Amino acid sequence: MSANILAIFYLISGVLFILALRGLSSPETSRQGNLFGIMGMAIAIGVTIISAGNFSTGFLYLIVFLLVGGSIGAFIAFKIPMTAMPELVAGFHSLVGLAAVFVAISAFLNPEVFNLGTPGNIKIASLIEMSLGAAIGAITFTGSIIAFLKLRGIMSGSPITFLGQHYLNLFLGLTLIGLIFYLCNTQVDTWFWTVIIISFLLGILLIIPIGGADMPVVISMLNSYSGWAAAGIGFTLENTALIITGALVGSSGAILSYIMCKGMNRSFFNVILGGWGATDQAQSDRSKEQKPVKNGNADDAAFLMKNASSVIIVPGYGMAVAQAQHALREMVDALKKNGVKVTYAIHPVAGRMPGHMNVLLAEANVPYDEVFELEEINNDFANCDVAYVIGANDVTNPVAKTDPQSPIYGMPILDVEKSKSVLFVKRSLSPGYAGIDNDLFYRDNTLMLFADAKKMTEDIIKSL
Amino acid sequence: MEIDPFVFRLSIFILSIFIGYYVVWSVTPSLHTPLMSVTNAISSVIIVGAIIAALAEGGNIFDTANIFGYLAIILAAVNIFGGFLVTQRMLAMYKKKKKDK
Repeated sequence: MSANILAIFYLISGVLFILALRGLSSPETSRQGNLFGIMGMAIAIGVTIISAGNFSTGFLYLIVFLLVGGSIGAFIAFKIPMTAMPELVAGFHSLVGLAAVFVAISAFLNPEVFNLGTPGNIKIASLIEMSLGAAIGAITFTGSIIAFLKLRGIMSGSPITFLGQHYLNLFLGLTLIGLIFYLCNTQVDTWFWTVIIISFLLGILLIIPIGGADMPVVISMLNSYSGWAAAGIGFTLENTALIITGALVGSSGAILSYIMCKGMNRSFFNVILGGWGATDQAQSDRSKEQKPVKNGNADDAAFLMKNASSVIIVPGYGMAVAQAQHALREMVDALKKNGVKVTYAIHPVAGRMPGHMNVLLAEANVPYDEVFELEEINNDFANCDVAYVIGANDVTNPVAKTDPQSPIYGMPILDVEKSKSVLFVKRSLSPGYAGIDNDLFYRDNTLMLFADAKKMTEDIIKSL
Repeated sequence: MEIDPFVFRLSIFILSIFIGYYVVWSVTPSLHTPLMSVTNAISSVIIVGAIIAALAEGGNIFDTANIFGYLAIILAAVNIFGGFLVTQRMLAMYKKKKKDK
């Protein structure tokens, strides 16, 4: 196959990838979009294999490895529970990162294959591109592993900080640039390996100071990195499909990070520099005076909701942890039978990744046109009889609007307190991730339901 | 005067960033999780580099450069199949009110 025809095919698969993302603008077109994505991938892989024109034993290995990897991937995709989506995505990011590193290594060891020169005499531009691809890929790899461990709960979600951390990271970053410069000058492969090792280290150091609830930003950011790594390799291999895809994924992750940061009213750098939540913990311990709380049980909650005309459900990470989405949906069904109008309100940073709550509700068969984003639904709280807060905390804290001293001041929150009564399902009065007491607990119109989210919801169903 | 092919690739790259910017802003927030899993799947198109690297010079599996290619194929294949299938599984769950049950 001539190089030109090959390039056209890569262009086609790049266009199909654009259409795949475009399809996600509405749930109706999304499934078709995903098919476009699969087609694009099939074309890219197909023409690459044909153009390699090598149907010897290597081809056999290729098929075997494709099948091995493919079966592992398919197995994971079918087995994974929806609540584990954040760690799955983090895990997948790490694989893209490592694959980028491996391709870069291969290109470095055998540059003739990619027309990049000969070992020890690689074109400077290609050398820069492949070191950048390898470095970003390596950072993505170890960073995603840390994110995976934190999300999975294997590693504590609390930030790990130490003195001079940011200076160390800065130093390592500058060292990387210096090393790539040396590598281009000397072509000595030691520098190439050092670049990769330092990048692995940097990936770990960048993610450990970031706390559990900031994971939506971290995952989006790593998503973005994996894109830039792919683009870097795309430049090295002079491959249009990779360059287009890398740019798409890179900007997609960047936009998601931006949306998540905006949802918390924090700057990107504030999140990345991390350590949030650790310092505020002490404060909240100090201010923990005994304030009266209204304590309710499942019967009270059932009575309130049954006699309401409208109920808004506010799910949060606690719902995911308790796997309460199915019970929740049954409760809503029971309420609907009583003629209650029920809607769902989702905060942009609810859960551990962008859109986390939406997927869980969709899994529980909640129709997506009953689920609303913050801006769409926030005015409705004033006219609603009951707000059922299940597993959310900081995103409902009125302090964000009233207390300029609070660390979450200015964060857009769901105006839950405006509804006639608030049912707050929570295991204890402990503060949320941000380490701040929630004012909502002590309001006259709030009834606290102290229980596991799933158990409480099931009890309410029984009382209904 | 001749234009370096690098400049062409850079143009494609920059324009794609803009396309990505506008396309991703139009993605509905409720589909942000599938967006992440599908971008993850398509970024595994890096497998084309892995295939070229693995099959170089007869695809000898004992050659260091080729081994890294083969390893990258496995990693990318996990991602491609896993990413697209899990996206498909998620998207199949998004239903409208009328199609209930």
